[in-house]
Amino acid sequence: MLLTLWGVLTISFGLIHLAPGDPLSPMTEFNPKITPEFRERLIKMYGLDKPLHERYLRWLKGVITLDFGVSFSIDQRPVWDKIKERLPITILINSLALVIILLISIPVGVYSAVHAGTFRDRLITIFTLLGYSMPSFWFALLLMMLFGVKLGILPISGLHSSVGYEEMSFFEKVLDWAKHLIMPLLVATFGGIAGIARYVRNSMVEVLESDFILFARAKGLPERKVLYRHALRNALLPLITILGLSMPGLIGGSVIFESIFGIPGVGQLMWQAVLSRDYPVILANLVLVSVLTLLGNFLADIGYALADPRIRTGGRT
Amino acid sequence: MLKALISHRTEFFSFLFLIILFLSALFGPYLYPVSPFEIHVQKILLPPSLEHPLGTDLLGRDVLARILYGAKISLQVSFVAVGLSLVLGVSIGAIAGYYGGLVDQIICRIIDMFLCFPTIFLILAVIAYLEPSLTNIMIVIGLTSWMGVARLVRAEVLSLKEREFVLSARLYGVSSARIILRHLLPNAVAPILVSASLGMGHAILIESALSFLGIGVQPPTPSWGNMLIEGKETLEVAWWLSLFPGLAILLTVLALTLISEALQDILNPKRK
Repeated sequence: MLLTLWGVLTISFGLIHLAPGDPLSPMTEFNPKITPEFRERLIKMYGLDKPLHERYLRWLKGVITLDFGVSFSIDQRPVWDKIKERLPITILINSLALVIILLISIPVGVYSAVHAGTFRDRLITIFTLLGYSMPSFWFALLLMMLFGVKLGILPISGLHSSVGYEEMSFFEKVLDWAKHLIMPLLVATFGGIAGIARYVRNSMVEVLESDFILFARAKGLPERKVLYRHALRNALLPLITILGLSMPGLIGGSVIFESIFGIPGVGQLMWQAVLSRDYPVILANLVLVSVLTLLGNFLADIGYALADPRIRTGGRT
Repeated sequence: MLKALISHRTEFFSFLFLIILFLSALFGPYLYPVSPFEIHVQKILLPPSLEHPLGTDLLGRDVLARILYGAKISLQVSFVAVGLSLVLGVSIGAIAGYYGGLVDQIICRIIDMFLCFPTIFLILAVIAYLEPSLTNIMIVIGLTSWMGVARLVRAEVLSLKEREFVLSARLYGVSSARIILRHLLPNAVAPILVSASLGMGHAILIESALSFLGIGVQPPTPSWGNMLIEGKETLEVAWWLSLFPGLAILLTVLALTLISEALQDILNPKRK
């Protein structure tokens, strides 16, 4: 885990510093006010005159103390401050999305597997394949067209209303947030729902064909018990790993729906930073999301160990 | 394999669709000789009609012609990006699987590290340093999507290399490179094909998302993704600008996904 973390940090640093191009050019190129002397000072300030390994060590030390340097943008705020205020929003939306994905995809997948081969199963399969192939930003556009423009019942951007938000009661505020979050959450979840439902279905179909299910049925156990106590448990086990693996995709999706719906989260920050070539912010974001992913994988590993009795008792036999 | 592919009805249609798409991307300009670049100020935002089957955009350009041009871009991106990721993935995976031991461990670790990055963040970070252009997009997508193939090939090679035919080839003094290329990889072609067709769909999705975010293919070159930028701006007045390019992406990716599903079914009779 620590080794992977170090590797991730090193790859990020390497990518950014070995890439061709002058990191100061977006700041200086079109700015006539910046004289060569000022440029020298900038280079000194960002430590760009030091040899690569020295910069690497300095940067690594910075990362550990959450010091990612100062943003290139006009406000020149510390990068970590910028990220800190946006992180909770992204984490909130992604955790909500994860819960929704699980709540919907597992029952749908099980239903599809139990009715494997029927018309309903095929319908669900078509839906999941569509969800799998749908470009999320286009889905967002369609939603905006339908709910935002045609029906006019949902706001199409931001986290909460800009006018009159302060005067709302707590309850109204929650409702306002919820209304703003419906479309982003739909966009964030539909791909995951499709993917996981499909996965649960295939895994369940396979488990339902195994001998111990035949045995459980032969014992005369009620079908509900066979499905939920015996089959589902075994079918869901690999799901934990899949969830861990799908973390990067989920977090990556933040860039798209946050940019489209104007949600001030880390994804939008990344997008804006790339457009304005704010390199310290880009690098910090890259590190941050990969660490989040790493954490997700770590939690998945723990979850797997807790859920699988073979691993849980492994040490004691 | 082709026979089995045809026996699946849906998959057959997907295959047909992709072939038509491919041909229209190649010969579209001859079959439908309307310029995707020509600006007509008096024809702004016309809804679909006989003259302009899919309508016109903000600058009066024909949407169908632009979608056809976009097909060329998307196919180009998917072929080059997947080609690159296959070359990387297959060679790295084969080396890891064949040599095993420390080499394998190191490579696996590196793959794990790369898998920690959400692809889109990784691509965005690299693109920020390069100019956003078609060539760069293709290369960056290729360079950031080889890990899956590498794992696949590694597993395949690992399971095959202890088999008798490899042993006997080795006893005959066949070189390692030749064993990998002639004896091991041909056995892994099927799963590679599955992941290649999935990868092509993935590349098209990523390219269009990047172009939509303004970091991919730059206007005036039309791509399905950057056409949708205009779609977003004219959401209230011109539904055709949002609908058709998105539909093109959806259908193409769906066709590729269905084909990879079909290939998987054919290769793995256990799955239904």
